[in-house]
Amino acid sequence: MDDAGLLQDYDPAALPGAGSGWLDGLRAEGARRFAGLGLPGRRVEEWRYTDLGALSAHPFVPATDGHGAVLPPPCLAGPVRRAVFVNGHFDAARSHLCGLGEGIVVLPLAEALARIPRLLEAHMGRIAALARKHFVALNTAWLAEGLVLWVPDGAVLEGALELLFVAAAGDRRPVWHPRNLVVLGRDAAATVIERHVGRGAYLANGVTEVALAPGARLAHYKLQDEAEGAFHIAATEVRAEAGAGYENFSLMAGGALARNRIAVELAAPGANCRLNGIYLGRGAGQLDTDIAIDHAAPDGRSDAFYKGVLDGRAKGVFQGRIVVHKGAQKTRAHQSNKALLLSERAEIDAKPELEIYADDVQCGHGATAGALDDDALFYLRARGLPEGEARGLLIDAFIDDALATMADDGVRAAFRRFATGWRQGTGP
Amino acid sequence: MSVLSIRNLHAEVEGEAILKGIDLEILPGEIHAVMGPNGSGKSTLAHVLAGREDYVVTCGQVLYRGQDLLAMAAEERAQAGLFLAFQYPVEIPGVATATFLKQAMNAQRKARGLKPLDAFEFKAIMDRCLDELSIAGDMVRRALNAGFSGGEKKRMEMLQMALLEPELAVLDETDSGLDIDALKLVAAGLERLRSPTRSMLVITHYQRLLNHIVPDRVHVLAAGRILRSGDRTLALELEEKGYADIATAA
Repeated sequence: MDDAGLLQDYDPAALPGAGSGWLDGLRAEGARRFAGLGLPGRRVEEWRYTDLGALSAHPFVPATDGHGAVLPPPCLAGPVRRAVFVNGHFDAARSHLCGLGEGIVVLPLAEALARIPRLLEAHMGRIAALARKHFVALNTAWLAEGLVLWVPDGAVLEGALELLFVAAAGDRRPVWHPRNLVVLGRDAAATVIERHVGRGAYLANGVTEVALAPGARLAHYKLQDEAEGAFHIAATEVRAEAGAGYENFSLMAGGALARNRIAVELAAPGANCRLNGIYLGRGAGQLDTDIAIDHAAPDGRSDAFYKGVLDGRAKGVFQGRIVVHKGAQKTRAHQSNKALLLSERAEIDAKPELEIYADDVQCGHGATAGALDDDALFYLRARGLPEGEARGLLIDAFIDDALATMADDGVRAAFRRFATGWRQGTGP
Repeated sequence: MSVLSIRNLHAEVEGEAILKGIDLEILPGEIHAVMGPNGSGKSTLAHVLAGREDYVVTCGQVLYRGQDLLAMAAEERAQAGLFLAFQYPVEIPGVATATFLKQAMNAQRKARGLKPLDAFEFKAIMDRCLDELSIAGDMVRRALNAGFSGGEKKRMEMLQMALLEPELAVLDETDSGLDIDALKLVAAGLERLRSPTRSMLVITHYQRLLNHIVPDRVHVLAAGRILRSGDRTLALELEEKGYADIATAA
């Protein structure tokens, strides 16, 4: 299989933490799997709508540090709490990781491998399985940089922690493989904002594993806004124990290809998740949303609600898979994807999949795609609103009910500002 | 000078000729009623005047205060003081009514070279209009027309008309689907907006609205043409004899 040279110059002995048995084994397993799988072709079901030809057309080289890249201001007002990565490398000088709360541990991965190896061994590679996961396997082979957040039992992270990934790619196409781990103890709570910005052509292949102990609550927000040459491949893999809650909102708005996979296992009774988001595409880019929810225990609840706005030749893909396992009685699972197509050349491919092996469940899904409503547009113009303003009002209204699902007021306001700014650039 | 001057207007919808030579003159302060059976072209006339693009004018001329109305975009017509009260106001979930009203008023003010209203100025004007039209304030806190009853939608149209203070209001079957109480409220609202500088073109199927708002002229539209024009007694005659007789007589 074509591996696009992504294992070229691979030397696991030179990676941080090498020599530790579990870690060597995990990386070797990732490398072996990826060498066997290569890049997925369109005959692989999960990739049938996504052509990686442009990704594999030119080689990538491991990224250099890219220091000096300009950072955007923090997402939220108030004290800055953020971890900064430039071209995948932790930038200690520009990170602020103080004042997060008693007992809370935040470390760059390389340091965590030295200081809290047992916690990492207990979770890494155990939530994000490698079988048939091309890019997760590749990430695992290179596992070295990223962030570890550990919130112990009963602790609550103050404010929100921002993870900022900045890309500053030059002439050669760099690649990096950020690997994050979030572990929340019993009844612990945290809010994490993941943000991806950058310029140039590159591949960022990230994996985030999330382990939620019983009663833990994680709000995980993601804002992705990358340049048209960027390939952004990301997988967030979550395991939620009894009564734990996982909230994810992803705003995807750029890149040649941005693929956002979120997989949640509701592993014990009463666990729940809310996966929501908006994807905003113009130009020729492709935005993929790939969610997979496993209801493995009774009384679980999952809600997924996505909205997309596609202009120009942009393409959106929505794949939503829900599996309700035998014994996961009283499960409630709903998902919906609605796309607004602003141009005749924009495209959306939606594929909901429900597999249900329990009999006492409530499950539903829906998908719609359409243009702006001509009647509504005329109504607004007939009141004197110029066409651009009328379209803007309708686009904002279309995505607003998705934004309204976000639990955090401050983050919602920031995301809404971003979406409005994006919308003001839509034609005609 | 006429506020509205329609000459030999022909229009088609989806390739089908609907209006087949309309002539109409409205002077400042006049109220004209256009009556006609279903399918006569009443709503097409309203939409052509408001600038709906899928209604294609194939022949004729429309002057609005001396300007070529047909050359103007829908929003330019509104900014110039033409208002269409919709027969079926569109439900727009996600757009807050008050936000929309302020944006519409300021878009019109901007086009006329006036400075935009700030939040306080806008609220003062809106509260006065709500009060005058006896509309409960909670209506403007909901999404625009979303889930509104038929009567609420028509009152929202009246509120918009009061706020925007048009010089020519075209009312497209504003009375349809209203019970008698709602009709009285709407008619009272219209009467309040009557002024020597405001003209109205009231399109209706029934004459009952004209019991509440008395027109200067009544026109009978059938099969895309105005068959007869007269004073308000024509409306009463129509009520008595029905459209069929008038159409045959003409």
